[in-house]
Amino acid sequence: MTASPSTRIFGSGIRRREDPRLITGNARYTDDIKLPGTLHMVIVRSPVAHARIRSIDTSAAEAAPGVVAVYTGEDCSCGSVPCAWLIPDSNLLTPEHPALAKDRVRYVGDGVAIVLAEDRAQAQDAADRIHVDYEELPAVINPEEAAAAGAPQLHDDVPNNIAFTWIPNGDKDAVDAAFDAADVVVSERIVQQRLQPTAMEPRSALAQWNGATEELTLWYTTQNPHIHRLLISGMTGVAEHKVRVIAPEVGGGFGSKIPVYADEALTAWAAMQTGRPVKWTETRSENYVTTIHGRDHIEYVELAVNNDGKVAGIRGKVYAGLGAYLSTAGPGIPTILHGLMYSGAYTFPQIYCESIGVFTNTTPVDAYRGAGRPEATFLIERLMDKAAQAIQMDPVELRRINLIPPFIDGHDVAIGLTYDSGNYEAALDQALGMVNYDTFRSQQAKARDEGRYFGIGVTTYSEICGLGPSQVAGAVGFQGGLWESAIIRVSPSGKVQALIGTSPHGQGEETTFAQLIANELGFPVEDIEIVSGDTNRTPMGFGTYGSRTTPVTGAALVKAARKLREKGRLMAAHLLEASAEDIEYDDGKFFVRGAPDNAKTIQDVTLMTTLAWDLPEGMDPGFEESQFYDPPNFVYPFGTHIAIVEVDVESGEVKLLRYVAVDDCGPQINPTIVAGQIHGGIVQGIGQALCEGTIYDDEGQLLTGSMLDYAMPRADMFPWLELGHTETPSPHHPVGVKGVGETGTIASTPTVYNAVIDALAPLGVEQIDMPLSASRVWRAIQASNGG
Amino acid sequence: MQVAITVNGQTYERDVEPRLLLVHFLREVLDLTGTKVGCDTSQCGSCTVHLDGVALKSCTMLAVQADGREVTTIEGLAQNGELHPMQESFWEHHGLQCGFCTPGMIMASTAFLQQNAEPTEAEIRHNLEGNICRCTGYQNIVRAVQAAANGGDG
Repeated sequence: MTASPSTRIFGSGIRRREDPRLITGNARYTDDIKLPGTLHMVIVRSPVAHARIRSIDTSAAEAAPGVVAVYTGEDCSCGSVPCAWLIPDSNLLTPEHPALAKDRVRYVGDGVAIVLAEDRAQAQDAADRIHVDYEELPAVINPEEAAAAGAPQLHDDVPNNIAFTWIPNGDKDAVDAAFDAADVVVSERIVQQRLQPTAMEPRSALAQWNGATEELTLWYTTQNPHIHRLLISGMTGVAEHKVRVIAPEVGGGFGSKIPVYADEALTAWAAMQTGRPVKWTETRSENYVTTIHGRDHIEYVELAVNNDGKVAGIRGKVYAGLGAYLSTAGPGIPTILHGLMYSGAYTFPQIYCESIGVFTNTTPVDAYRGAGRPEATFLIERLMDKAAQAIQMDPVELRRINLIPPFIDGHDVAIGLTYDSGNYEAALDQALGMVNYDTFRSQQAKARDEGRYFGIGVTTYSEICGLGPSQVAGAVGFQGGLWESAIIRVSPSGKVQALIGTSPHGQGEETTFAQLIANELGFPVEDIEIVSGDTNRTPMGFGTYGSRTTPVTGAALVKAARKLREKGRLMAAHLLEASAEDIEYDDGKFFVRGAPDNAKTIQDVTLMTTLAWDLPEGMDPGFEESQFYDPPNFVYPFGTHIAIVEVDVESGEVKLLRYVAVDDCGPQINPTIVAGQIHGGIVQGIGQALCEGTIYDDEGQLLTGSMLDYAMPRADMFPWLELGHTETPSPHHPVGVKGVGETGTIASTPTVYNAVIDALAPLGVEQIDMPLSASRVWRAIQASNGG
Repeated sequence: MQVAITVNGQTYERDVEPRLLLVHFLREVLDLTGTKVGCDTSQCGSCTVHLDGVALKSCTMLAVQADGREVTTIEGLAQNGELHPMQESFWEHHGLQCGFCTPGMIMASTAFLQQNAEPTEAEIRHNLEGNICRCTGYQNIVRAVQAAANGGDG
C-alpha cells in the first residue's frame, strides 16, 4: 500500500493551513468586523494614580456632536470585575473592583466614564470634554514599600495592602537546618521587573444585544471564550446560555487576553443599554495602562550548597506586585505557578518559599508568557551561577551534579510535584556540544587578556505546563476546571470538522491538530477543519494558556479519533462480513488481516455509518465522537539553553553572539511550528533580560506608556538562533507530547543574564537589575573595581 | 475635503475629514481591513502600505495628503489570484504566527527588496527595525525575506 503523503504527517513541518487568509489581508480580527448602526465607545480613564473623585461633569460631552450616551460609575449597573483564582490558606482578601470607578481611582488608567457616539472620533472628542475633579492621594508603586508600615493604603479593607501571604506546605525548620549545616549560602535580591505583554493586536470588543431574544453576542479578543462567556454572564446578568462569545482572529495574547476586564463587559453592557451594537478598541497607549502587566517581583532568595557541589536547599521570599486590583488569575501567578517551580531540573532536597501579594497604584498584574515559571527559573539559575562561583566550581559541573537523573515515568520533587519524564543531562550535553563549551572557556580567558569580555550563560530548566488536572485546579483555588473537550464530526462525503473548546491565536493548531487527526484516522489533512473560538459552535473548554492546548485538547482529539477508529473497525467488519477481531487498520483503510487489497476506507465506513441502512447490531448511526479529557498530571518539558555574549566595557553595550537552545517537548507533531514557538519565546525572554521594563515615576505615572518608550525587541538585536532537541515522551499523554509555548521565555532570560555577569566577572560585577541596557551595564562597571 | 485616491488599482473619490489618517481611510472608509493598527506612535509598522511604490506607515499620513496618489495594500499584492513571492515565502518559511504584524511585514519587505535585491542578513534585520513582531522572534521573517530575495529557495 502506498501511504498518502497528506495523512502520514505526524512529525512533518508542513506549512500552516491558517496562513492564506493571514498573508492576504483576508483574516478578520475583532476590530475588522463591522455591524450596521454600531456605536463607538471610548473609556475616560484616570490620569492620576490615586485620588478621590469629587465630581464628574459630563454635560459638555453629552452635548457634543454624535454623542448618544455618557455613563459614569454612578449610573453604571455593570457588575464588578471578578477574580477567579482564589488561592486557599493564604488569607486572601478580594476588594471590590468596580467596572467604572465610583468614588476613588487607584491607578492611571482606571475607568471613570464611558462615552458612546456615532463614530470613534466623535466619541474621543466628547471624552476629552468630560471634566473630573480629583482629590489626589499619595501613591505607592513598589510592592515591598507598599507592604511596609506607613505606606499609602489602596483599599480600606486590606491592611498594609497585603492581599495574601502564601506558603506552600513545607517544613521551614528542616529547610533552615539544612541551610545552617551547609558549607556555603549564597543570596540575592532579584528585581523581576514589570513587563508589558504587548500582543500586537490591541484588545477590542464588539457587542450586539437582541432585546427580544435576550441574546448577547460578543466578538472578543480572548484566549478563553468559554471562561469569558461565564464571567461576562455574571457581570451583565445575561444567562450564560444566551451569551455567545466569538474569538475571531486573535492577534497574540501572551497571557494578556486571559483576564476578564471591565472594558469588554462595559461594551456589552452599553449595547444592552442603547439597543445598538457597540464597539470598543483600545489604543496602544491605552493598552499599556489598562491591559495587564507581568512579573513585578522583588525577591530575596538563597541557595545552600556544600563544597562538593550538592545543593542542600533553596528558599525565597517574594513581594509580588498585583497592581491596584486582583486580576482574573493574578493571585495564582506568584504563588502556585511560581513557588511550585522552585525545584527546577534539580534534586534540591529542601525547598521553602513565601509569596506576599501586594496592591500598588499600578496596572493590574496577571499571567504573562510563562507566568511565575520564568521568575522561578531565573532565581534558580542565578543562584546556581552564584553558588558555582562561591565554591569555585564550573557552573555546568554544579548543574550536572544536581540534575535529576533520567526518568521515564514519574519523579517526585521536594516541593510536592511528580514530574512526568525527563532526561536533562542529554539535553545539556547536546547543547554543550553545539557551543563547544570547553573550547569557549579557553577562548574567553585569552580574550580577557586582550581586553575583550565574552561571557557564557547555561540554563538547565524543567517547567510545568499543560495545565492541568482539574482536581489540582480545585485544590489550588482556580475557579474553573482544566479539562478540555473535542468533537470530531465527519460528514457523509468524508470531510471532517473537529470542534475544540480551546481557542488558539497564533499557535498553529489548525495545522497541528489536523495532522493529529490525519495520523489517527487517515483522512487527508486537506479534508480536516479545526473549528474553535465560538461558544455557540464549540464544546466547553478552558482556554489557550499555560502551554496546554496541545497537551490537553490534543489528547482529547486523539482519544475521540481512536473511538471513531474503533467504530470504523466494527463497521468495516460488518461490511466485509468478517469478524471484528480479524480487521486491521492502516492509514485510513480497514481490511481482513492478510488481505489488504480488499479494504474499506475510512470514507467508506463514514458514509455507511451515516446512511445507517445496515448497521451492525447495537451500533448507533453517524460518524461522530466527542471526548472529554482531564489530564492525570501536568507535563514537564525541559532543556538546556546557552548564550554567548560580548560586553563592550567602554559603552556597556551587550552583544548577543550565539544562542543555542535544546528543548524537549516530547514528539514534535510539526517541527516547524515548534521551532517558531521556541524562537518567539526566546526573543521574548531576552527582551526582559536586555531591553524591556516598565517604568513608573513616584506618582504612579507610566513613563513607558507608548512603543516610543517601552523597548520592544527588534530584529537586529539577535543572532541566528540555533535549535537542537531531544525527545522524551510524556508517559501519560496518548501521543507523548508536552507543551512548548513558554519554554523559550522561561529559559532565555537567565541564560542571557548569566552570560553578561559571566563576562563581567573579572571586573567584579556581580549583579545588575534588569534590563541590562547599555547604561545600566556601564554604570555597574563604573561602580565596580574595574571602573 | 474631496480626495481621489487610487488604491490597489481602483480610484476612490470620497469626502473625508481633514484629520482622517490614511490608515483609517483604508480601514474605515474603504473597508480594506488587512492594514492593521498596532500602535499610535508610528513604531510598530503594522500599517505599512506602499505609496507610489514606496513603503510607508499609513498612520503617519493624512488621507488628504494621499490625494491623487497610488496606494497598494496587502489586499492588492496578489495578482490574478497568484500570491506575491513574498507572501509565498512568508507562508513557506513560517514567517508568521498570529498574523497581525504580517501585512506590514510583507509590505515593508517587498518594498525593501525593490531597493536592495540581494540584501545580507544584517541588512534585512536592520530594515525590519521599523516593524515589530511579538510572536516569531523575527528569525523566520528574516528567513522568508532571504528566500524571497533568492527567488524562493531559502
